[in-house]
Amino acid sequence: MKNPEITLEPPVDAGDGLVAQQMVVNMGPQHPSTHGVLRVELTLDGEVVVKAVPHIGYLHRCFEKHCEQMNDYTKVVPYVDRMDYVAAMNNELGFAIAMERLMGIEVNDRVEYIRVIMAELQRIASHLLAVGTFGLDIGAFTPFLYCFIEREKILDIFEKASGARLLYNYIWIGGLMNDVPDDFRSDTADFVKSFRPKITELNDLLTENKIFVERTANVGVLPAKVALNYAASGPMLRGSGVKWDLRRDDPYSIYDRFEFDIPVGTGEKGTLGDCWDRYIVRVREMEESLRIIEQALDGMPDEGDVQEAIPKKIRPPAGEIYCRTETPRGELGFYIISDKSTSPYRVKARAPSFVNLALLPAISIGSMVADMVAIIGSIDIVLGEVDR
Amino acid sequence: MQEFLESFLPAGPLVVLVFSIIPLGVILVYALFAIWLERKVAGHIQDRLGPMETGGWHGWSQTLADLLKMIQKEDLVPARADRFLFKMAPFIAFAASYGAFVAIPLSSGYIGSMIDIGVLYIVAITSLLSVSIIMAGWASNNKWSLLGAMRTAAQTVSYEIPTVVTILSVIVVTGSLNLMHISEMQSGNSFLGFLPNWLIFHSPFMVIAFVLFFIASLAEAHRVPFDLPESESELVGGYQTEYSGMRWGLFMLTEYADMLLLSLVGATLFFGGWNSPFGSFMDGPLWGAFWMLSKGMVLVFVMMWLRWTLPRLRVDQLMNLCWKYLIPATFVNLIFIALWEMIF
Repeated sequence: MKNPEITLEPPVDAGDGLVAQQMVVNMGPQHPSTHGVLRVELTLDGEVVVKAVPHIGYLHRCFEKHCEQMNDYTKVVPYVDRMDYVAAMNNELGFAIAMERLMGIEVNDRVEYIRVIMAELQRIASHLLAVGTFGLDIGAFTPFLYCFIEREKILDIFEKASGARLLYNYIWIGGLMNDVPDDFRSDTADFVKSFRPKITELNDLLTENKIFVERTANVGVLPAKVALNYAASGPMLRGSGVKWDLRRDDPYSIYDRFEFDIPVGTGEKGTLGDCWDRYIVRVREMEESLRIIEQALDGMPDEGDVQEAIPKKIRPPAGEIYCRTETPRGELGFYIISDKSTSPYRVKARAPSFVNLALLPAISIGSMVADMVAIIGSIDIVLGEVDR
Repeated sequence: MQEFLESFLPAGPLVVLVFSIIPLGVILVYALFAIWLERKVAGHIQDRLGPMETGGWHGWSQTLADLLKMIQKEDLVPARADRFLFKMAPFIAFAASYGAFVAIPLSSGYIGSMIDIGVLYIVAITSLLSVSIIMAGWASNNKWSLLGAMRTAAQTVSYEIPTVVTILSVIVVTGSLNLMHISEMQSGNSFLGFLPNWLIFHSPFMVIAFVLFFIASLAEAHRVPFDLPESESELVGGYQTEYSGMRWGLFMLTEYADMLLLSLVGATLFFGGWNSPFGSFMDGPLWGAFWMLSKGMVLVFVMMWLRWTLPRLRVDQLMNLCWKYLIPATFVNLIFIALWEMIF
């Protein structure tokens, strides 16, 4: 990709022999609010952003090429974890489903239910992180830690099941790494029960806070049309009022069995598609995820071998597949071409963060430096996924 | 106080030195305590414990350890910085807030100097702080620092107006600019009998004046929600970005000294200064110092409380708040206080 040239407007005579000039500053890669190692080249007129050019690639780890060299499809799963490392379960789920469709594997109900519960718990954990760090970007430190307390409880559940707290390697092609522990059902039910009041607490502390609303409403407005043109997905798209969620519109796994709403932005506090709308979509999605988890806990069968469908040697028939799933950040697609060998011929990941980040230059013009931080926070990028 | 020192010290420069160093001791001990307190307050607000290990009991010596670490750190100056301004800036910053303590009556027995324009002097000398911050931001040769410094200039200049006007509304009541006289005026009980004769109980408008003063002083001290000069999530630290070691420590000290200063001014103007809240009970010069610092610490605690609760305003919203709401409100309030004084 050719980097767009940064061009400065010619200096303007401001009278009294003074000249006013635009300023180019580097935001990142070492910047606390770029959520990793994003670098944004900002052209500023005072504190107003005239132009913003994101530069990526600091975390590029050749994910797609690695997949081809792994010589085993199962070895790809841990790599998938490392793409969106705060929502590893959802990535694993996406890859596992793509492979299962390619190979024509059916998994039993227990596996499906556990997967859905795990994916929705992970969605809550991921949104907690997004919401917390968004508050942190605005300057509210305390909600961030409150969110982390709750996220910790989810990670504890994951740790009991998979042994890991961040990168689980839990959802395997054709099944799960192992069955959930005996107290999984009660742990999860306890969490769901204790988490509902915490959302109210978060709303009191942050969502309805006057300063927070002032800082996020009418900032970084993304009209639905622009969002669609840029192929945005996830809360980024729903924040602009477009009711599009793959769990409902292109159901995978067993999502068609559950009742849940799809929250969309309505421009309650400002303009439709502003940062506050994207934020509130995430908060409300956490509530919907709780509903899904509750239903899944009720429907989860007690019997079933979680490893019965795992193939001994993975050698998918020659062919190709594109499979998309809804991660907390949007549409995660895996395009896999198999040449009937033990490793894929090609794996292409359509990472939602990458696509959503492309919107940054479009929605940040005319905002202030402080708004840039809010906008980047509301896009909720994970650089591991952007760069892959 | 000065006579007391002269009774056991050889007269002359030494007495003056000891006399003038007392506020420094107060500031240093207070800063060590306040930074520890800030961490504990933050910790408990955020459902954690804060420092617990260093020194044993609740990590009481954590700040001491940090201080030792800062003294040992390398004093870095960026290659293309303006070395002279860069090195001077922290000292001017601290001098500005230390200088202001001259006019603060720490107790009925101690005031640095009985100048009759005490409040005016404090307002004037604390303006030096913004000069030092602009120096630091400019000399760092860092665009982020410069942005922080520019914000500070705008913020401090704007918020001085509501601060001064609220102070002026107190002056309307007291008729004196000398903080010692203002404190003396507030001793004893008010006509209601049970309330102390503090200025905040003088009229309902004084309560409004205090709230306005407190908001403006938050901005003056660059505390959340007005901590834009630093705003660690946008500007990474603003004018402090390039500083390290003890020079950074001095900026930190200044920030905390400023908090104390404005809290003490608030305590003197509205809460009776060194007067005991219980009439003549627990009264006297030593108790006076205790009451003065306690009142100051209560206000400092409120500042900390706000810091760990609220998000940060944006720079244009900050200006809006000041020019559109705060300044008109303070002027209207001033008029009402003046009317109250005329009628009663």
